[in-house]
Amino acid sequence: MEIRFDGVRYSYPSGVEAVRGISLTVPAGQRLAIVGQNGAGKTTLVRHLNGIFRPSHGSVYVGDWTTSGKQIADLSSRVGYVFQNPDEQLFARTVREDIAFGPKNLGCDEKEQERRVVESLELTGLSEHADVHPHHLSLSERKRVAIAAVLAMKTPIVVLDEPTTGQDELGVRMVAEITQSLARDGRTVIAITHDMDFCAENFERVVVMAQGEIQADGTPQEVFVQTQALEHAAVEPPQLIRLAKKLGWSTTPLRVDEFVSGLSTEGKATS
Amino acid sequence: MIELRDVAYAYPDTDRYVLDGIDLTVARGEVVGVVGASGVGKTTLAKIIAGFIPNVEGGTLDGSVTVDTVPISSLPLAEAVAQVGLVIQNPFNQISGAKFTVREEIAFGLENTGVPREEMITRVSDVAKLLRIEHLLDRSPYALSGGQMQLVAIASVIVMGTPVLVMDEPTSQLDPGGSRMVFDIISALTDAGTSVLIFEHKVELLREHADRIAVLADGRIVHQDTPRAVLTDDRLESWSVGSTRYTRAARAARDAGLTNPEAALPVSLSDSTDYFTTQRAGR
Repeated sequence: MEIRFDGVRYSYPSGVEAVRGISLTVPAGQRLAIVGQNGAGKTTLVRHLNGIFRPSHGSVYVGDWTTSGKQIADLSSRVGYVFQNPDEQLFARTVREDIAFGPKNLGCDEKEQERRVVESLELTGLSEHADVHPHHLSLSERKRVAIAAVLAMKTPIVVLDEPTTGQDELGVRMVAEITQSLARDGRTVIAITHDMDFCAENFERVVVMAQGEIQADGTPQEVFVQTQALEHAAVEPPQLIRLAKKLGWSTTPLRVDEFVSGLSTEGKATS
Repeated sequence: MIELRDVAYAYPDTDRYVLDGIDLTVARGEVVGVVGASGVGKTTLAKIIAGFIPNVEGGTLDGSVTVDTVPISSLPLAEAVAQVGLVIQNPFNQISGAKFTVREEIAFGLENTGVPREEMITRVSDVAKLLRIEHLLDRSPYALSGGQMQLVAIASVIVMGTPVLVMDEPTSQLDPGGSRMVFDIISALTDAGTSVLIFEHKVELLREHADRIAVLADGRIVHQDTPRAVLTDDRLESWSVGSTRYTRAARAARDAGLTNPEAALPVSLSDSTDYFTTQRAGR
Protein backbone atom coordinates (compact mmCIF):
# COMPACT_ATOMS: atom_id res chain seq x y z
CA MET A 1 0.00 0.00 0.00
CA GLU A 2 1.51 3.28 -1.14
CA ILE A 3 2.02 6.26 1.17
CA ARG A 4 2.20 9.81 -0.13
CA PHE A 5 2.99 13.04 1.68
CA ASP A 6 2.04 15.94 -0.54
CA GLY A 7 3.45 19.35 0.45
CA VAL A 8 2.86 18.61 4.13
CA ARG A 9 3.37 21.36 6.69
CA TYR A 10 2.59 21.09 10.37
CA SER A 11 2.70 23.73 13.10
CA TYR A 12 2.21 22.97 16.78
CA PRO A 13 -0.33 25.11 18.66
CA SER A 14 2.70 26.88 20.19
CA GLY A 15 3.51 28.15 16.70
CA VAL A 16 6.61 25.99 16.18
CA GLU A 17 6.56 24.70 12.60
CA ALA A 18 7.94 21.16 12.90
CA VAL A 19 7.30 19.98 9.33
CA ARG A 20 7.99 22.45 6.54
CA GLY A 21 6.73 21.29 3.20
CA ILE A 22 7.46 17.61 2.82
CA SER A 23 6.61 15.66 -0.31
CA LEU A 24 7.51 11.99 -0.21
CA THR A 25 6.15 8.85 -1.85
CA VAL A 26 6.81 5.48 -0.24
CA PRO A 27 5.94 2.55 -2.51
CA ALA A 28 4.31 -0.55 -1.03
CA GLY A 29 6.76 -2.94 0.63
CA GLN A 30 9.63 -0.48 0.96
CA ARG A 31 11.96 -0.41 4.00
CA LEU A 32 12.50 3.28 4.68
CA ALA A 33 14.60 4.76 7.47
CA ILE A 34 14.13 8.39 8.51
CA VAL A 35 17.17 9.88 10.22
CA GLY A 36 18.14 13.27 11.60
CA GLN A 37 18.93 14.90 14.90
CA ASN A 38 16.53 15.34 17.83
CA GLY A 39 13.87 17.91 16.98
CA ALA A 40 14.23 17.52 13.19
CA GLY A 41 10.51 16.74 12.82
CA LYS A 42 10.80 12.98 12.18
CA THR A 43 8.27 11.85 14.76
CA THR A 44 5.90 14.70 13.92
CA LEU A 45 5.98 13.66 10.26
CA VAL A 46 5.25 9.96 10.79
CA ARG A 47 2.53 10.68 13.35
CA HIS A 48 0.55 12.03 10.41
CA LEU A 49 0.25 8.48 9.11
CA ASN A 50 -2.07 7.30 11.86
CA GLY A 51 -3.92 10.60 12.16
CA ILE A 52 -2.46 11.75 15.50
CA PHE A 53 -1.51 14.90 13.61
CA ARG A 54 -3.39 16.43 10.68
CA PRO A 55 -1.40 18.56 8.25
CA SER A 56 -1.75 22.34 8.61
CA HIS A 57 -1.16 22.43 4.84
CA GLY A 58 -0.96 19.70 2.22
CA SER A 59 -2.26 16.13 2.34
CA VAL A 60 -1.21 12.69 3.50
CA TYR A 61 -2.44 9.64 1.57
CA VAL A 62 -2.42 6.10 2.93
CA GLY A 63 -3.38 3.92 -0.03
CA ASP A 64 -6.54 5.45 -1.51
CA TRP A 65 -7.42 7.30 1.71
CA THR A 66 -6.50 10.81 2.66
CA THR A 67 -5.87 10.88 6.39
CA SER A 68 -7.87 14.06 6.93
CA GLY A 69 -11.07 12.20 6.12
CA LYS A 70 -10.36 9.31 8.49
CA GLN A 71 -10.45 8.62 12.22
CA ILE A 72 -7.41 7.27 14.08
CA ALA A 73 -9.35 4.01 14.52
CA ASP A 74 -9.81 3.66 10.75
CA LEU A 75 -6.20 4.45 10.02
CA SER A 76 -4.99 1.92 12.59
CA SER A 77 -6.27 -0.86 10.31
CA ARG A 78 -3.71 0.28 7.73
CA VAL A 79 -0.89 1.77 9.79
CA GLY A 80 0.59 0.04 12.84
CA TYR A 81 2.52 2.55 14.94
CA VAL A 82 5.07 1.55 17.58
CA PHE A 83 5.67 4.50 19.89
CA GLN A 84 9.12 5.58 21.02
CA ASN A 85 8.02 5.20 24.65
CA PRO A 86 6.24 1.85 25.13
CA ASP A 87 4.56 3.15 28.29
CA GLU A 88 2.46 5.45 26.07
CA GLN A 89 1.11 2.38 24.36
CA LEU A 90 0.75 -0.51 26.81
CA PHE A 91 -2.25 -0.64 29.12
CA ALA A 92 -3.50 -4.21 29.65
CA ARG A 93 -2.88 -6.49 32.62
CA THR A 94 -1.01 -9.14 30.69
CA VAL A 95 1.24 -9.15 27.67
CA ARG A 96 -1.18 -11.52 25.93
CA GLU A 97 -4.14 -9.16 26.48
CA ASP A 98 -2.18 -6.19 25.21
CA ILE A 99 -1.26 -8.02 22.02
CA ALA A 100 -4.78 -9.44 21.50
CA PHE A 101 -6.40 -6.01 21.86
CA GLY A 102 -5.65 -4.89 18.28
CA PRO A 103 -6.83 -8.04 16.47
CA LYS A 104 -9.92 -8.11 18.71
CA ASN A 105 -10.83 -4.56 17.68
CA LEU A 106 -10.26 -5.47 14.05
CA GLY A 107 -13.00 -8.08 14.51
CA CYS A 108 -10.84 -11.23 14.53
CA ASP A 109 -12.45 -14.26 16.20
CA GLU A 110 -10.80 -15.73 19.30
CA LYS A 111 -9.00 -18.45 17.40
CA GLU A 112 -7.46 -15.91 15.03
CA GLN A 113 -6.59 -13.61 17.94
CA GLU A 114 -4.74 -16.42 19.68
CA ARG A 115 -2.95 -17.41 16.49
CA ARG A 116 -1.70 -13.84 16.01
CA VAL A 117 -0.70 -13.47 19.66
CA VAL A 118 1.40 -16.63 19.54
CA GLU A 119 3.04 -15.60 16.27
CA SER A 120 3.86 -12.06 17.48
CA LEU A 121 5.24 -13.37 20.77
CA GLU A 122 7.54 -15.72 18.89
CA LEU A 123 8.80 -13.00 16.54
CA THR A 124 9.65 -10.75 19.47
CA GLY A 125 11.08 -13.47 21.71
CA LEU A 126 8.49 -12.93 24.42
CA SER A 127 6.67 -16.29 24.44
CA GLU A 128 7.61 -17.05 28.04
CA HIS A 129 6.23 -13.68 29.20
CA ALA A 130 2.71 -14.04 27.74
CA ASP A 131 0.94 -14.00 31.09
CA VAL A 132 3.11 -11.42 32.83
CA HIS A 133 1.96 -7.85 33.57
CA PRO A 134 3.84 -5.62 31.09
CA HIS A 135 5.04 -3.42 33.94
CA HIS A 136 6.92 -6.33 35.46
CA LEU A 137 9.08 -6.46 32.35
CA SER A 138 12.20 -4.41 31.65
CA LEU A 139 11.95 -1.32 29.44
CA SER A 140 13.50 -3.14 26.49
CA GLU A 141 11.06 -6.03 26.88
CA ARG A 142 8.13 -3.61 27.12
CA LYS A 143 9.35 -2.05 23.90
CA ARG A 144 9.21 -5.46 22.27
CA VAL A 145 5.68 -6.01 23.64
CA ALA A 146 4.72 -2.73 21.94
CA ILE A 147 6.21 -4.06 18.68
CA ALA A 148 4.40 -7.40 19.10
CA ALA A 149 1.08 -5.62 19.64
CA VAL A 150 1.50 -3.79 16.36
CA LEU A 151 2.67 -6.88 14.45
CA ALA A 152 -0.51 -8.68 15.53
CA MET A 153 -2.57 -6.04 13.72
CA LYS A 154 -1.13 -7.32 10.40
CA THR A 155 -1.31 -3.82 8.96
CA PRO A 156 0.17 -3.29 5.48
CA ILE A 157 2.26 -0.45 6.93
CA VAL A 158 4.35 -0.57 10.13
CA VAL A 159 5.96 2.50 11.68
CA LEU A 160 8.74 1.96 14.24
CA ASP A 161 9.82 5.02 16.22
CA GLU A 162 13.34 4.35 17.56
CA PRO A 163 12.93 0.56 17.70
CA THR A 164 16.49 -0.22 18.83
CA THR A 165 16.92 2.21 21.71
CA GLY A 166 17.59 0.48 24.99
CA GLN A 167 17.81 -2.91 23.27
CA ASP A 168 20.78 -5.12 23.96
CA GLU A 169 22.54 -7.02 21.20
CA LEU A 170 19.93 -9.77 21.08
CA GLY A 171 17.11 -7.20 21.00
CA VAL A 172 18.70 -5.26 18.12
CA ARG A 173 19.09 -8.48 16.14
CA MET A 174 15.48 -9.35 16.80
CA VAL A 175 14.28 -5.95 15.55
CA ALA A 176 16.44 -6.41 12.43
CA GLU A 177 14.89 -9.82 11.80
CA ILE A 178 11.38 -8.43 12.31
CA THR A 179 12.10 -5.68 9.77
CA GLN A 180 13.31 -8.23 7.23
CA SER A 181 10.38 -10.54 7.83
CA LEU A 182 7.86 -7.70 7.41
CA ALA A 183 9.54 -6.84 4.13
CA ARG A 184 9.32 -10.46 2.98
CA ASP A 185 5.56 -10.29 3.61
CA GLY A 186 5.40 -7.26 1.34
CA ARG A 187 4.60 -4.87 4.19
CA THR A 188 6.00 -1.35 4.28
CA VAL A 189 8.33 -0.55 7.18
CA ILE A 190 9.14 3.03 8.14
CA ALA A 191 11.61 3.40 10.99
CA ILE A 192 12.94 6.46 12.75
CA THR A 193 16.41 5.72 14.03
CA HIS A 194 19.64 7.23 15.31
CA ASP A 195 21.44 3.92 14.79
CA MET A 196 23.07 4.37 11.40
CA ASP A 197 24.67 0.92 11.42
CA PHE A 198 21.26 -0.70 11.95
CA CYS A 199 19.93 1.61 9.23
CA ALA A 200 22.63 0.73 6.67
CA GLU A 201 22.24 -2.99 7.23
CA ASN A 202 18.45 -3.21 7.14
CA PHE A 203 16.92 -0.44 5.03
CA GLU A 204 16.91 0.09 1.28
CA ARG A 205 16.08 3.79 1.42
CA VAL A 206 17.18 6.57 3.77
CA VAL A 207 15.57 9.98 4.16
CA VAL A 208 17.60 12.59 6.06
CA MET A 209 15.65 15.35 7.81
CA ALA A 210 16.70 18.64 9.40
CA GLN A 211 14.56 21.54 10.57
CA GLY A 212 11.39 19.99 9.22
CA GLU A 213 12.72 19.50 5.70
CA ILE A 214 14.19 16.65 3.67
CA GLN A 215 17.94 17.10 3.17
CA ALA A 216 18.73 13.89 1.29
CA ASP A 217 16.81 10.90 -0.03
CA GLY A 218 18.12 7.72 -1.65
CA THR A 219 19.76 4.35 -1.06
CA PRO A 220 22.18 4.16 1.90
CA GLN A 221 25.08 4.17 -0.59
CA GLU A 222 23.79 7.36 -2.18
CA VAL A 223 22.83 9.17 1.00
CA PHE A 224 25.74 8.38 3.30
CA VAL A 225 28.29 9.98 0.98
CA GLN A 226 26.48 13.35 0.85
CA THR A 227 28.80 14.91 3.38
CA GLN A 228 27.31 18.39 3.33
CA ALA A 229 23.68 17.31 3.75
CA LEU A 230 24.68 14.92 6.54
CA GLU A 231 26.64 17.58 8.38
CA HIS A 232 23.73 19.99 8.08
CA ALA A 233 21.48 17.33 9.62
CA ALA A 234 24.11 16.33 12.23
CA VAL A 235 24.03 12.75 10.99
CA GLU A 236 27.17 10.63 11.03
CA PRO A 237 27.57 7.97 8.35
CA PRO A 238 27.61 4.32 9.49
CA GLN A 239 30.86 3.13 11.05
CA LEU A 240 32.06 1.04 8.09
CA ILE A 241 31.56 3.91 5.64
CA ARG A 242 33.48 6.24 7.95
CA LEU A 243 36.28 3.70 8.20
CA ALA A 244 36.40 3.11 4.44
CA LYS A 245 36.63 6.85 3.89
CA LYS A 246 39.48 7.18 6.43
CA LEU A 247 41.31 4.38 4.64
CA GLY A 248 40.89 6.22 1.34
CA TRP A 249 38.57 3.69 -0.28
CA SER A 250 36.31 4.61 -3.15
CA THR A 251 33.60 2.13 -2.11
CA THR A 252 30.88 2.46 0.53
CA PRO A 253 30.60 -0.84 2.41
CA LEU A 254 27.33 -1.20 4.33
CA ARG A 255 27.93 -4.58 5.90
CA VAL A 256 30.85 -6.36 7.52
CA ASP A 257 31.09 -8.91 4.67
CA GLU A 258 31.21 -6.07 2.13
CA PHE A 259 33.99 -4.42 4.11
CA VAL A 260 36.00 -7.64 4.28
CA SER A 261 35.75 -8.22 0.54
CA GLY A 262 36.63 -4.57 0.03
CA LEU A 263 39.75 -5.18 2.09
CA SER A 264 41.13 -7.48 -0.59
CA THR A 265 40.16 -5.39 -3.63
CA GLU A 266 40.96 -1.94 -2.18
CA GLY A 267 44.19 -3.37 -0.73
CA LYS A 268 45.29 -4.49 -4.17
CA ALA A 269 44.20 -1.24 -5.75
CA THR A 270 46.51 0.80 -3.52
CA SER A 271 49.55 -1.52 -3.45
CA MET B 1 33.75 6.86 45.76
CA ILE B 2 31.33 3.93 45.47
CA GLU B 3 32.18 0.60 47.01
CA LEU B 4 30.07 -2.56 46.72
CA ARG B 5 31.17 -5.63 48.68
CA ASP B 6 29.54 -8.99 48.20
CA VAL B 7 26.20 -7.39 47.40
CA ALA B 8 23.19 -9.66 46.88
CA TYR B 9 19.58 -8.68 46.43
CA ALA B 10 16.16 -10.31 46.23
CA TYR B 11 12.98 -8.35 45.43
CA PRO B 12 10.15 -8.37 48.01
CA ASP B 13 8.08 -11.56 48.25
CA THR B 14 10.68 -13.70 46.53
CA ASP B 15 13.78 -15.54 47.68
CA ARG B 16 15.39 -15.51 44.25
CA TYR B 17 18.50 -13.33 44.28
CA VAL B 18 18.65 -11.22 41.09
CA LEU B 19 22.12 -9.97 42.03
CA ASP B 20 24.64 -12.09 43.89
CA GLY B 21 28.21 -11.57 45.03
CA ILE B 22 28.70 -8.15 43.39
CA ASP B 23 32.08 -6.55 44.11
CA LEU B 24 32.60 -3.22 42.40
CA THR B 25 34.52 -0.03 43.16
CA VAL B 26 34.33 3.33 41.46
CA ALA B 27 37.11 5.60 42.70
CA ARG B 28 36.91 9.37 43.01
CA GLY B 29 37.02 10.90 39.52
CA GLU B 30 36.59 7.56 37.80
CA VAL B 31 34.07 6.55 35.11
CA VAL B 32 33.11 2.90 35.19
CA GLY B 33 30.84 1.53 32.47
CA VAL B 34 28.59 -1.46 33.10
CA VAL B 35 27.40 -3.54 30.16
CA GLY B 36 25.19 -6.61 29.96
CA ALA B 37 22.02 -8.07 28.53
CA SER B 38 18.65 -6.46 29.11
CA GLY B 39 17.02 -7.72 32.28
CA VAL B 40 20.33 -8.75 33.81
CA GLY B 41 19.87 -6.45 36.82
CA LYS B 42 21.53 -3.19 35.75
CA THR B 43 18.59 -1.03 36.78
CA THR B 44 18.34 -2.89 40.12
CA LEU B 45 22.03 -2.28 40.74
CA ALA B 46 21.61 1.42 39.95
CA LYS B 47 18.76 1.71 42.46
CA ILE B 48 20.80 -0.06 45.13
CA ILE B 49 23.69 2.37 44.80
CA ALA B 50 21.28 5.31 44.93
CA GLY B 51 19.68 3.99 48.12
CA PHE B 52 16.23 3.49 46.54
CA ILE B 53 16.67 -0.19 47.22
CA PRO B 54 15.88 -1.30 49.87
CA ASN B 55 14.67 1.99 51.40
CA VAL B 56 11.85 2.60 48.93
CA GLU B 57 11.30 -0.67 47.09
CA GLY B 58 12.00 -3.08 49.96
CA GLY B 59 13.43 -6.56 49.42
CA THR B 60 16.45 -8.27 50.96
CA LEU B 61 19.83 -6.60 50.48
CA ASP B 62 22.98 -8.36 51.73
CA GLY B 63 26.58 -7.15 51.70
CA SER B 64 27.73 -3.56 51.95
CA VAL B 65 27.15 -0.53 49.72
CA THR B 66 29.08 2.57 50.74
CA VAL B 67 29.43 5.99 49.21
CA ASP B 68 32.53 7.79 50.51
CA THR B 69 32.66 5.10 53.24
CA VAL B 70 29.10 5.83 54.46
CA PRO B 71 26.64 2.93 54.12
CA ILE B 72 24.05 4.39 51.75
CA SER B 73 21.13 2.40 53.15
CA SER B 74 21.77 3.90 56.61
CA LEU B 75 20.96 7.37 55.26
CA PRO B 76 17.44 8.78 55.13
CA LEU B 77 16.43 9.17 51.47
CA ALA B 78 16.74 12.96 51.67
CA GLU B 79 20.43 12.59 52.60
CA ALA B 80 21.03 9.76 50.13
CA VAL B 81 19.90 11.94 47.23
CA ALA B 82 22.46 14.56 48.26
CA GLN B 83 25.18 11.88 47.92
CA VAL B 84 24.13 10.00 44.80
CA GLY B 85 22.42 11.40 41.71
CA LEU B 86 20.46 8.80 39.77
CA VAL B 87 19.50 9.35 36.15
CA ILE B 88 16.85 6.71 35.56
CA GLN B 89 16.45 4.75 32.38
CA ASN B 90 13.18 6.17 31.08
CA PRO B 91 13.34 9.99 31.12
CA PHE B 92 9.56 10.12 30.75
CA ASN B 93 9.40 8.72 34.29
CA GLN B 94 12.05 11.04 35.76
CA ILE B 95 9.90 14.13 35.20
CA SER B 96 8.22 14.92 38.51
CA GLY B 97 4.81 15.76 37.06
CA ALA B 98 4.49 18.47 39.70
CA LYS B 99 5.98 21.37 37.77
CA PHE B 100 4.76 23.50 34.90
CA THR B 101 8.08 24.57 33.36
CA VAL B 102 11.41 22.96 32.63
CA ARG B 103 13.06 25.62 34.82
CA GLU B 104 10.98 24.61 37.85
CA GLU B 105 11.47 20.94 37.01
CA ILE B 106 15.26 21.28 37.09
CA ALA B 107 15.03 23.30 40.32
CA PHE B 108 12.78 20.70 41.99
CA GLY B 109 15.55 18.81 43.83
CA LEU B 110 17.31 21.99 44.95
CA GLU B 111 14.03 23.34 46.22
CA ASN B 112 13.43 20.20 48.25
CA THR B 113 16.86 20.37 49.84
CA GLY B 114 16.41 24.01 50.86
CA VAL B 115 18.92 25.71 48.55
CA PRO B 116 18.55 29.53 48.72
CA ARG B 117 16.59 31.04 45.83
CA GLU B 118 19.43 33.13 44.33
CA GLU B 119 21.79 30.15 44.29
CA MET B 120 19.05 27.98 42.83
CA ILE B 121 18.54 30.39 39.91
CA THR B 122 22.26 30.47 39.15
CA ARG B 123 22.67 26.70 39.35
CA VAL B 124 19.67 26.02 37.10
CA SER B 125 20.85 28.46 34.47
CA ASP B 126 24.42 27.08 34.60
CA VAL B 127 23.30 23.50 34.10
CA ALA B 128 20.89 24.51 31.31
CA LYS B 129 23.76 26.22 29.54
CA LEU B 130 25.99 23.16 30.01
CA LEU B 131 23.39 20.87 28.42
CA ARG B 132 22.37 23.43 25.79
CA ILE B 133 18.71 23.48 26.82
CA GLU B 134 18.39 27.16 27.79
CA HIS B 135 15.79 27.64 25.05
CA LEU B 136 13.56 25.03 26.72
CA LEU B 137 13.49 26.54 30.22
CA ASP B 138 10.04 28.14 29.91
CA ARG B 139 8.41 25.20 28.16
CA SER B 140 6.23 22.59 29.80
CA PRO B 141 8.21 19.40 30.60
CA TYR B 142 5.50 17.55 28.68
CA ALA B 143 5.93 19.56 25.47
CA LEU B 144 9.39 18.11 24.84
CA SER B 145 10.70 15.52 22.40
CA GLY B 146 12.14 12.30 23.83
CA GLY B 147 15.68 13.59 23.43
CA GLN B 148 14.93 16.97 24.99
CA MET B 149 13.19 15.28 27.91
CA GLN B 150 16.26 13.13 28.50
CA LEU B 151 18.51 16.20 28.64
CA VAL B 152 16.14 17.82 31.14
CA ALA B 153 16.19 14.65 33.26
CA ILE B 154 20.01 14.67 33.22
CA ALA B 155 20.06 18.39 34.09
CA SER B 156 17.74 17.84 37.05
CA VAL B 157 20.22 15.33 38.47
CA ILE B 158 23.51 17.07 37.62
CA VAL B 159 22.25 20.34 39.15
CA MET B 160 22.33 18.65 42.57
CA GLY B 161 26.14 18.49 42.40
CA THR B 162 26.35 15.08 44.08
CA PRO B 163 29.80 13.48 44.50
CA VAL B 164 28.48 10.30 42.87
CA LEU B 165 26.43 9.91 39.68
CA VAL B 166 24.71 6.73 38.57
CA MET B 167 23.38 6.94 35.03
CA ASP B 168 21.11 4.27 33.59
CA GLU B 169 21.32 4.55 29.79
CA PRO B 170 21.37 8.35 29.84
CA THR B 171 21.75 8.73 26.08
CA SER B 172 19.11 6.25 24.88
CA GLN B 173 16.92 8.97 23.29
CA LEU B 174 19.75 11.17 22.02
CA ASP B 175 21.26 11.63 18.60
CA PRO B 176 25.03 11.12 18.18
CA GLY B 177 25.79 14.80 18.82
CA GLY B 178 23.72 14.85 21.99
CA SER B 179 25.21 11.56 23.21
CA ARG B 180 28.73 12.88 22.72
CA MET B 181 27.86 16.08 24.56
CA VAL B 182 26.60 14.09 27.56
CA PHE B 183 29.82 12.05 27.66
CA ASP B 184 31.91 15.22 27.39
CA ILE B 185 30.02 16.60 30.39
CA ILE B 186 30.65 13.37 32.27
CA SER B 187 34.37 13.71 31.58
CA ALA B 188 34.34 17.29 32.84
CA LEU B 189 32.54 16.22 36.02
CA THR B 190 34.98 13.40 36.70
CA ASP B 191 37.90 15.76 36.15
CA ALA B 192 36.39 17.74 39.00
CA GLY B 193 36.27 14.62 41.19
CA THR B 194 32.80 13.13 40.61
CA SER B 195 32.59 9.32 40.52
CA VAL B 196 30.40 8.04 37.70
CA LEU B 197 28.88 4.62 37.16
CA ILE B 198 27.19 4.42 33.77
CA PHE B 199 25.07 1.75 32.13
CA GLU B 200 25.28 2.21 28.38
CA HIS B 201 24.72 0.27 25.16
CA LYS B 202 26.73 2.74 23.02
CA VAL B 203 30.03 0.98 23.44
CA GLU B 204 32.04 3.29 21.19
CA LEU B 205 31.42 6.10 23.67
CA LEU B 206 32.46 3.86 26.56
CA ARG B 207 35.68 3.06 24.72
CA GLU B 208 36.47 6.77 24.60
CA HIS B 209 35.27 7.88 28.03
CA ALA B 210 35.27 5.02 30.54
CA ASP B 211 38.28 4.13 32.65
CA ARG B 212 37.06 0.60 33.11
CA ILE B 213 34.18 -1.62 32.02
CA ALA B 214 32.43 -4.27 34.09
CA VAL B 215 30.26 -6.97 32.52
CA LEU B 216 27.13 -7.98 34.38
CA ALA B 217 25.75 -11.45 33.58
CA ASP B 218 23.66 -13.90 35.61
CA GLY B 219 23.49 -11.43 38.48
CA ARG B 220 27.27 -11.23 38.85
CA ILE B 221 30.17 -9.14 37.58
CA VAL B 222 31.72 -11.76 35.32
CA HIS B 223 34.53 -9.67 33.86
CA GLN B 224 36.25 -6.32 34.40
CA ASP B 225 39.03 -4.75 32.37
CA THR B 226 39.99 -1.76 30.25
CA PRO B 227 37.33 -0.72 27.71
CA ARG B 228 39.33 -1.97 24.74
CA ALA B 229 39.99 -5.37 26.30
CA VAL B 230 36.35 -5.91 27.33
CA LEU B 231 34.83 -4.61 24.11
CA THR B 232 36.93 -6.86 21.89
CA ASP B 233 36.48 -9.93 24.08
CA ASP B 234 35.28 -12.95 22.10
CA ARG B 235 32.66 -13.67 24.79
CA LEU B 236 30.93 -10.30 24.27
CA GLU B 237 28.14 -11.72 22.14
CA SER B 238 27.41 -14.46 24.67
CA TRP B 239 26.84 -11.67 27.23
CA SER B 240 24.45 -10.05 24.69
CA VAL B 241 26.62 -6.96 24.48
CA GLY B 242 27.02 -5.40 21.05
CA SER B 243 30.41 -4.72 19.53
CA THR B 244 31.14 -1.90 17.12
CA ARG B 245 31.22 -2.56 13.38
CA TYR B 246 34.92 -1.67 13.64
CA THR B 247 35.50 -4.63 15.94
CA ARG B 248 33.28 -6.91 13.87
CA ALA B 249 35.04 -5.99 10.63
CA ALA B 250 38.48 -6.56 12.17
CA ARG B 251 37.44 -9.88 13.68
CA ALA B 252 35.97 -11.04 10.34
CA ALA B 253 39.15 -9.96 8.54
CA ARG B 254 41.30 -11.76 11.13
CA ASP B 255 39.18 -14.93 10.87
CA ALA B 256 39.51 -14.80 7.08
CA GLY B 257 43.29 -14.76 7.53
CA LEU B 258 43.61 -11.21 6.20
CA THR B 259 45.14 -9.66 9.32
CA ASN B 260 47.61 -10.60 12.03
CA PRO B 261 45.87 -12.93 14.51
CA GLU B 262 47.99 -11.51 17.36
CA ALA B 263 47.05 -7.84 16.90
CA ALA B 264 44.62 -6.31 19.44
CA LEU B 265 41.22 -5.73 17.83
CA PRO B 266 39.98 -2.15 17.45
CA VAL B 267 36.85 -0.61 19.02
CA SER B 268 36.70 2.98 17.74
CA LEU B 269 37.27 4.69 14.40
CA SER B 270 40.78 5.77 15.32
CA ASP B 271 41.66 2.30 16.69
CA SER B 272 40.48 0.69 13.50
CA THR B 273 42.18 3.17 11.19
CA ASP B 274 45.46 2.31 12.95
CA TYR B 275 44.62 -1.39 12.90
CA PHE B 276 43.92 -1.62 9.18
CA THR B 277 46.73 0.76 8.18
CA THR B 278 49.39 -1.22 10.06
CA GLN B 279 47.92 -4.51 8.94
CA ARG B 280 48.14 -3.43 5.33
CA ALA B 281 51.64 -2.05 5.73
CA GLY B 282 52.67 -5.31 7.40
CA ARG B 283 51.41 -7.54 4.63
